[in-house]
Amino acid sequence: MSAALRQTGENFSARYQGLAPRLPGPPDLRRRAAAWFDRHGLPDTRDESWRFTSLRPLAGIVFSRAEDQDDTAPSLLARLPPTEAPLLVFAQGRMRADLSRFPAGGQAGLSVASFANEPSFGNVPESETEPLSALNTMLAEDGARIAVAPSADAGTLVLLHLASGHAEHPPAFHPRHQIRLGAGARLTLIEIALGTSVYLHNPLTEVVLAEQAELLHLRLQDESAAAFHLASLHVALGPGSAYESVALVRGARIARSELTAAIVGEGARFALHAAQILGGEQLADITTVVRHLAPGASSRQSIRNVLTERAHGVFQGRIAVDRIAQKTDGYQMNKALLLSEEAQINSKPELEIFADDVKCSHGATVGALDPNQLFYLQSRGVPKAEARAILVAAFLGETLEAIPHSWGRSVLEGAVQSWWKDRPL
Amino acid sequence: MALLEIRGLAAEVEGKPILRGVDLSLPEGEVHAIMGPNGSGKSTLAYVLAGREGYSVNAGSVRFDGEDLLAMDPEARAAVGLFLAFQYPVELPGVGNANFLRTALNAVRRARAEPEIDAMKFLKEARAALKRLSMSEEMLKRNVNVGFSGGEKKRNEIFQMALLRPRLAILDETDSGLDIDALKIVANGVNALRGEKFSALVITHYQRLLDHIVPDKVHVLSEGRIVRSGGPELALSLEESGYAGLVAEAAA
Ligand SMILES: Nc1ncnc2c1ncn2[C@@H]1O[C@H](COP(=O)(O)OP(=O)(O)OP(=O)(O)O)[C@@H](O)[C@H]1O
Ligand SMILES: [Mg+2]
Repeated sequence: MSAALRQTGENFSARYQGLAPRLPGPPDLRRRAAAWFDRHGLPDTRDESWRFTSLRPLAGIVFSRAEDQDDTAPSLLARLPPTEAPLLVFAQGRMRADLSRFPAGGQAGLSVASFANEPSFGNVPESETEPLSALNTMLAEDGARIAVAPSADAGTLVLLHLASGHAEHPPAFHPRHQIRLGAGARLTLIEIALGTSVYLHNPLTEVVLAEQAELLHLRLQDESAAAFHLASLHVALGPGSAYESVALVRGARIARSELTAAIVGEGARFALHAAQILGGEQLADITTVVRHLAPGASSRQSIRNVLTERAHGVFQGRIAVDRIAQKTDGYQMNKALLLSEEAQINSKPELEIFADDVKCSHGATVGALDPNQLFYLQSRGVPKAEARAILVAAFLGETLEAIPHSWGRSVLEGAVQSWWKDRPL
Repeated sequence: MALLEIRGLAAEVEGKPILRGVDLSLPEGEVHAIMGPNGSGKSTLAYVLAGREGYSVNAGSVRFDGEDLLAMDPEARAAVGLFLAFQYPVELPGVGNANFLRTALNAVRRARAEPEIDAMKFLKEARAALKRLSMSEEMLKRNVNVGFSGGEKKRNEIFQMALLRPRLAILDETDSGLDIDALKIVANGVNALRGEKFSALVITHYQRLLDHIVPDKVHVLSEGRIVRSGGPELALSLEESGYAGLVAEAAA
């Protein structure tokens, strides 16, 4: 590791040392995470799971604790398309009751608290191989604690993460979120991350679905193009529960989204449809581990990458099927559309199957736009740039079209459309 | 001056000369047939006229309504009223047929400084056109040409033509692979547009299409040149004698 990257890691450790007595919640877990982080620091490309994703652009940056300095949150909030849905706003990693909005008397079945007031680290496994989780555990100060009561349909909740960065003194924040759905409960959670300038957003989100619970989790990562987004998401699926996520990644200088799904309940359904649309020098990495620990469950992962200029996309997906997880149906597909010569994609699928009666498949494709398709559209009068946009939208189509939530779909589709405006081809 | 004036057109693909001096003049309002052996350059001519990449034009000129056609982008050619019905229509997975057609129609209308049409009005027009062509509305919902049978693809080309109302349609073997009923549908689609403001180049191997779309003239393309032009009776005599005589004559 370069000395400069080590220095950036050591700054986090030093910050922990200074803050430790004042950090909320039980100190033991933090202490262990900090000890681990002290030894290992930030990952570099010699770490097997970081082979394709270099954090070198972080080297030498001294991130400071996020203060509520010059607050641009209200102006960022204005970028959000209007919605009637309850809105929970975080700025610089801290819950902002003043910007949040809930119906009078609250939303039936939904309860919301903050990590700052009710700290709990949940049941995220203390893994020795996940530096992003360790960094979060060490420094988390706030976060959302969202719970849906058993059998309740809590409708839609919008969870907004706003960030005001700073070019010389970039802040870092490490919110710790927890989403729990009781037996038979339902929720549509729409997460949107927006920001300006340079910062590090290092959230850790734990999702726990009890028996027959259903979560539709829509995510738009639209961080500032100069920011760093290092996120981990841990999902635990109870019997017959369903986790369905549609995620669009279009922001940040470097983004890594780790997702670990533990399918512990029989017959649970897990689905991730993700798209990364990247340009410039952007690097975005989706790394998933889906563990089938119970029989008769399904997991589907479908990833689409649209990469232009010198952008770099990474997808690493592991499906691990335990001995007892018979009748598992696992599927994984990573497709990339390269719109320039310099764009690149890395794809690393891994299947670890210990049960004998399972159906698991994976695949990856890489291609450019088809000149015959472009010409066909142009021959019908469609200008070249529009023809390209249509073909890219078609490539992403499956991912976004199927979103069973009209506002959520329009937010994600709008983010794809505006991507073209910023990037005339 | 004719609507389409091709003079001494020579073009090559990957260094291989295909068109070797094509001369052809198509007056506005006329329908001409182009026949000729496999590999003689008929599709190449159609693609060069429509502006497909990968062909280098080495000599000659093409004027469309007096304008230099070869200087225009493919989309500009569509905007001035050129339409190519592809010999092999292209599949567009993920692109709905209705959306595709409306986008095309509005792109052309924008380029002609005409107002765009809204989704409702478009659907009405599309349904009417489908009805005239005895085609099912269901095809609007499908992805462009994806999973279409050979005949359905060809009919979809004619459907697009019906909506886009070109001034010049080039039909590249739109009749091949069609059953007898579909052949009539395609012919009716063309005949419905026939008039002073519509011209067509109909590329075909078979007289049977020309029974339905009676051409004003027939040209025979061989080894990249028009080797014979004549009236509709030329197609009939070719049906009898084949190309061998003509080709030998041209080579002599
Ligand atoms: N991309 C290409 N690369 C190399 N050769 C090509 C290419 N496209 C066309 N050709 C050649 O050019 C010649 C003319 O082809 P073209 O498709 O124009 O013939 P055609 O008259 O339409 O034939 P058919 O009646 O079989 O449709 C053929 O020899 C063909 O192999
Ligand atoms: Mg041909």
